[in-house]
Parts: sequence; C-alpha cells; structure tokens
Amino acid sequence: MNTLGATWHWLTDPAHWAGDDGIRHRWEQHLVLTVVCLLIACVIALPVALVLGHLGKGGALAVNISNVGRAVPTFAVLVLLLLTPVGAWGEGPTVVALVLFAVPPLLTNAYVGMREVDRDVVRSARGMGMTGRQMLFRVELPLALPLVLNGVRIAAVQLVATATIAALAGGGGLGRIITAGFNLASTPQVVAGAVLVAVFALVVEGVLEAVERLAPRRTRDSR
Amino acid sequence: MTASPDDCLARNDWICGEYLRTRRHILLEAVLQHLQLTAASVLIALVIAVPMAVLARRWGWAAPPVLGVTTILYTIPSLAMFSLLLPLYGLSAALVVAGLVLYSLTLLVRNILAGLRAVPEDTRQAARGVGYGPVRLLLTVELPLALPAAMAGLRIATVSAFSLVTVGAIVGFGGLGNLIYAGMNTYFKAQVLTASVLCVVIAVAADLLLLGAQRLITPWTRAGRE
Repeated sequence: MNTLGATWHWLTDPAHWAGDDGIRHRWEQHLVLTVVCLLIACVIALPVALVLGHLGKGGALAVNISNVGRAVPTFAVLVLLLLTPVGAWGEGPTVVALVLFAVPPLLTNAYVGMREVDRDVVRSARGMGMTGRQMLFRVELPLALPLVLNGVRIAAVQLVATATIAALAGGGGLGRIITAGFNLASTPQVVAGAVLVAVFALVVEGVLEAVERLAPRRTRDSR
Repeated sequence: MTASPDDCLARNDWICGEYLRTRRHILLEAVLQHLQLTAASVLIALVIAVPMAVLARRWGWAAPPVLGVTTILYTIPSLAMFSLLLPLYGLSAALVVAGLVLYSLTLLVRNILAGLRAVPEDTRQAARGVGYGPVRLLLTVELPLALPAAMAGLRIATVSAFSLVTVGAIVGFGGLGNLIYAGMNTYFKAQVLTASVLCVVIAVAADLLLLGAQRLITPWTRAGRE
C-alpha cells in the first residue's frame, strides 16, 4: 500500500512531467520510436507477405520465421548491434533491433490471411479475366485485411512493450524512467515507469482493436 | 593460443577461443542459472495453468475472464513486469521467476483450453456411455486428447521464457543476460556474442527436446497423419 501511495505521488508530481527526463518527453520518444519502427517493418514485411501469399510460395518460410524470431532475445540483438559500427549511429541499433522484432508477426499474419482467402473466390476472379494485380488488390487484399490488421496490432503492442528494452542500452523512451529508477534505487519511480508503459501498451491495443472493427464491413460479413 | 598481448581477447574480437577457454566456468554458471530460471517458471506456470484451463472448461462462464486477464498480463512489457513485481519480491531470482510465470501462464492456459475444447463431443459421450465418471473422463480421455495443443503451448512458452530471462539482467538474475549486460558496459564483443549465441542455441535445443517428447507421448498423432 505504501509503494502504491508513493507511486501515485511520484506520478502526480508536476516536476516529473517536465524537462528532458520528464514523462512527457520520454513518452514522445517512445511514441516516435514505436511509430517509426512499425512503419519501417510494415514497408518491409507487408509487400513480401502479400506477394508470397498471392503466389502461394514460401509458406514454410513465412510461418517458421516467427517461431525462430521468438527464440532470439531482442535484448541480445540490441547489444550486439550496439557493438557493431551501427552503434555509432544514435538510435540506429534500437530501430534495427525493433524492426527485426516486428517483422515476423506482420509477415506471418499477412501471409496466413492471404492464404485463407476462399480459393473459389480467387478462381472466379481469375475466370472473370482479372489480371494478377487486379486479383491481388481487388479480391485477395480486401478479404485478407482483417488478419493483416490483426498482425499490425500484435506487432504494434509488442513494439510498445519491447521499446522499453531500448533504455537498457541507453536509448530513449519510457524505459528510461524505469532504468533511472533502478539506478536511484527508487521503487516508486520504477513502478511508475512500469505503469506508464503498461497503460500505453493497453491504450494502443484498444485503439487498434477499434480500427480493426471499423475496417470495411464487407470483409467481416464474408466470414 | 598463448596469452600474448595481441591475442583475440586483447584485440576484442567477436569470436575468441581464448575467451571460451578462460571463462568456461562463468559461462557454465550463467547457462545453469538460465536453465534454472526458465525451468522453474515454466513448471510453476504449468502447475497453475492446467487446473485453470480445466476449470474454465468445466464452467463456461469462467473462460472469458480467465482469458481476458491472462491477455492483459501478456501486454505488460517484460521490463515493466519485473519492475511492477519489485515491491513484492525485491531484487531476487523469485522476481524474475514470478514475471516469467505470468507470461507463460497466458500461453499455456490459452493452448490447454483450446485443446480441451477440441475434444469431440462424440468421444466424450462414448466415454460417458461406457460408464466413465467425470474424473476418469478428464484424466484418461480429455487431457490426453488435449496433449498436442498443450505441448504446442508449452514449446512456445519455453522458448519465450528462454529469451525473456535475459531481461532479468536488470535485477542481476538474467542468466546469460547478465553476461550480455556486463559485456555491453565494457564493450566486450566476444562475451556478448558468445552469450547471445548460447541463448538461442539452448532455446532451440529445448524446443527440439519438447518436440521429441511430444512425439513420444502422443504416438497416435503421427499414426493419424500417415
């Protein structure tokens, strides 16, 4: 109970919200880091997954890559990158490590989504004389959209959570509040940082779930 | 290799045989801690998850809250999870184990419940028809049939736990993560690379071991596929 009170006290102290080490600035860093990494990961993973799913090739690769990705600790990747020339590059190692981390769920979900499109629908599209590109953009992608968006949501929430680890390697973001708390041996600050990250992750989850529900209605009716 | 000033330790090479030779006991200790932390958390999670899944299956109303709570637990970042448990456990190995138990729980409950739900109703009725009571039905029919799904969850939980243990380095109980953390602060390339590679190798080995165990205890799944 004491810790909870102290944590609440720490969170409501306006001095902890302002400045370079303040909650506001750290949250902005966290948000920018997450959005940038998510966009880069989408640009890399989605076209590959959509094309592979359209052609029906490389399925084993697309599915297994997320199992392999789970075995590789992001923290280890981050530190390894930090010690390579990329490390001299500011936020470089963090961005690369987080993008590598976000690609597997995006790839797997988008690929599975493309493959789960009803084959009869695809065949009738071909029978109507649609070209490959038309089939991809007008038939398969709209029908695969729910699973693609599901992958984006999973990747985004994991990114928010994992971006915290960047602080262990000296990066920015809300994780810095936690690591600073550990260094100061201030349990209220550590718990406050943890609460902030957890709330942020849950808010992102909620917002993206709402976006998924707002996705074009016909794709849901077809299920 | 001799300990001359320009051996691979002095040059700070990524790959260094001298490192492996001189720090063998440190590496072994870290690997043991890594294995202990992972094994303890996954086993505790398993002991909690099985009754939770069985109860959630028995009473339909219990399933949504159980799944909801475990999903929320999974959204909490590992670093934050260890921090949130700090007031309860202090800086200890129990802190890391408690955090990992909570993560493994999500994956295990979800998969065991899915496995139990996939048991065909016909099979259940047939067992009841030949006079099986609820306990015997659960132990000899439902749980064995749920095994493949449960083992899939166990494999995911184990591999995830191996990778998450490294974050425990923040409280000094991270197994190989400790070596990675220390190596980062001193720019010790050989130590970081060796520890990272060992981490992945152990995780993959554990996964293959569990896969082998799964094949041994569920021979009928293989026969069915042929």
